[in-house]
Parts: sequence; structure tokens; C-alpha cells
Amino acid sequence: MSFQQSASQTVGPYFIIGLRNGVKTDLAGDAPDAVVIRGQVFDGLGAPVPDGVLEFWQADARGCYAENGDWGFARVPLDADGRFELRTVRPGAVAGPQGAPQAPHLLVNVFMRGLLKHACTRIYFDDEPRNAQDPILALVPSERRSTLLAVRSDDGSYRWDVHMQGARETAFLSY
Amino acid sequence: MSQEQDEVRGYRKPFWNTQPDYIFEPYASTVLRGPTQVPIRIPSTLSEVSGPRFSRDILGSAEDDLTVGNGGAPQGERIIVSGRVLDENGRPVRNTLVEVWQANAAGRYQHARDMHDAPLDPHFSGEGRVFTDEHGRYRFKTIKPGAYPWRNHYNAWRPAHIHFSLFGEAFAQRLVTQMYFPGDPLLEIDPIYRATADEHARRRLVSTLDWENCASEYALAYRFDIVLRGRLETPWEQ
Repeated sequence: MSFQQSASQTVGPYFIIGLRNGVKTDLAGDAPDAVVIRGQVFDGLGAPVPDGVLEFWQADARGCYAENGDWGFARVPLDADGRFELRTVRPGAVAGPQGAPQAPHLLVNVFMRGLLKHACTRIYFDDEPRNAQDPILALVPSERRSTLLAVRSDDGSYRWDVHMQGARETAFLSY
Repeated sequence: MSQEQDEVRGYRKPFWNTQPDYIFEPYASTVLRGPTQVPIRIPSTLSEVSGPRFSRDILGSAEDDLTVGNGGAPQGERIIVSGRVLDENGRPVRNTLVEVWQANAAGRYQHARDMHDAPLDPHFSGEGRVFTDEHGRYRFKTIKPGAYPWRNHYNAWRPAHIHFSLFGEAFAQRLVTQMYFPGDPLLEIDPIYRATADEHARRRLVSTLDWENCASEYALAYRFDIVLRGRLETPWEQ
């Protein structure tokens, strides 16, 4: 066999059949400092995407990734209006390139019917002063940087939307 | 920060044309859903090279046997699907979760939005999960899925396929793909299969008849090997 990555294929419209057992929408449990990130996913016409699923990967509050476990992984299917809600804890700062710390962030994979390979991006918190020194955010053109920022609402939750296309197209990343 | 990042080795970039582009017009839904801007290249950090490790304890009984459902045998041709999960360096991907889902023998998914006028099967849900073993091998038993129509274009039919979801060892290795069946005449006219430009890369999504693993007088077997991204040898290679 050839050692090249197998080609990605779309999850199609019926992914929930195979992915439902891995659905996880709450990483916070009874942690006192739970945060809620909610938002909506839109296509190129601004229509909500009802048949998609988001996956998240994050460090714990100390900035540590699970080394032999699955805490930090979440999977949230979109509802009929393209909405999602993740309850989690705010991750700590994680080591970055050349020892420079990265601001608290979550990795996000976007899957949907019509997406032949998942789209990768990150969520940062808009009220986080360490964003200014984050080495990855610095690689995103300044006019697109806001697409990676979850915006704090009056009730303490965060709002983060995904735009697959258009003037506000989310800055997707490759690594 | 108790975890250090001295020299994080990232993962190899895909070879030219071996992965589909986001927008492939023959597959109509990509046109408004695929990102239009080139993804921004970032170096791998601890975030990308770490990932969830699931425990086998998450599995219920017989999740590797899709033919034992709801107190009776499903309709259709029983098959055994097995293979290895390797990375691009040829190393087995051990103890990793593999999630699968598929239509029933008549080409119908057990899903409220599937309106195809083909019978549901009360004994077939089409969901399964397995782990790879120490050699990266996986194996499950199921029913050969049927082809089904979709509305992409006039008289569009998807070739029979099984969806696969894999994690590997790092979030950077995450992969969702589809396994097809050998000799299916629908493959060459299927926009999803054809979305991968490289012919050899496409063909690797087609399973092979696996005589060695067939169960005599019981089930045919198909082999499907999957390759996840391989780690770079040195941190500065990326």
C-alpha cells in the first residue's frame, strides 16, 4: 500500500448515526467557573447550516492537554437553525513555538454535508489580554482576526459564529 | 504551563491532488459551503499534536457487529470489513477509535431526513464503533450497504459506501472518509468520489475482496486500509 494520507470524504447528511455516541456538549460538569460558548454556522448565502457538527479540542484550566484521556474533546451537532452550544471551562495558556505562550484557545473542526474535508480553526476569547502576544493569532491578517474571537455577552457567555464564505469568512487554518 | 514545547514536530502536508479541494462544482453543495480563501498555514503547536485518547470502556456490547440489531437479523448480504490503520511513515496507529455508519441493504439510512422510498430495516441501525489493536488492525461485521439516489443532479446515485471516522494520536490526524466497493460502476460518475483529483488516491478508497478473511458459507470479506497523516521527522521540516 501507499503511505499517503487517505483522501477525506464528506460526513454527508446522516453523520449523526455514527457520531452520536461520541456527542459531548459539556466539558465543565460541576466546575464553578464554567463558560458557555454558543453560536451559529452559516453558508455562503448567509443561510444557517443545519446538517453539520463541530468538534473541539482544548487544554484544561491549567493549560494542560489530556495525555492519556479524552477530556478536552467535545462534539456538538448543529441544530435545525445551525446553532451550537458548548459548556466548558476556559483553558489556560499553552506553550507555543520557541517557548512563547499561546493565549487560551480551543481548536475547532467543522464538518458538514457539502464539505469534502473538515475545516480547521481556533476560538480565542475577546476579553483576553494575552491575545496580543499570541504567535498564531499574529499569523492571521488583522482584518480577519476577529473571526477567531468569541465575544463576551452581558450574561457572561461567549458568542462565536462560523461563516463558511463571504465578507466575514472565518479564518480557517492549516497545520 | 506544565507541558513544554521545545521541538514540536508537525504532520506532513498532503501530496498534490491526493485530497479534494473544498469547492468542486460537480458536487453542488460544496459551492456555498466550502471556504473560498486559502487556509492560513500555521506551525504545529502542542494543541495540534495532542488529541483525545478514548478508552475501550466507552464501547457497549457488540458495537463491532452491526448485524445483531434489535432481536433479529437484518436483510441483506452479510460482510466482514477489516484492515489496518497506518500513518504515512508506515507505523500502525494503535488503540484508536474508528466510528462507522452506513445505509441498509436497500440504500436507506435510519435517519429522519432520509426520504428515499426504500424500506427501513428494524434490525439495522447502521452504526458501529471499534478500536484498532496493537498492530493497527480493526474488524467489524455488517451488511453490504445499497446504492441510493440523491438530488445532486438528475438521476444521481451514490455508490455503495461505508463512512469512517478516525482520530489517530493527534487532532492534526483527524480524518473522515468513505470506503467503497470494488467493481462498482457508479464510482466513476460519483462527484464525491471524483472530487479527489489523483486517480491513485481515489482508488485507495475502494476496498478489495479479501478471500483470506471470508467466512466460508457465512460471509464475504472486504479489506480497507486507511492512512492517517504521518509525523515529520524533524521540527524544522515544516
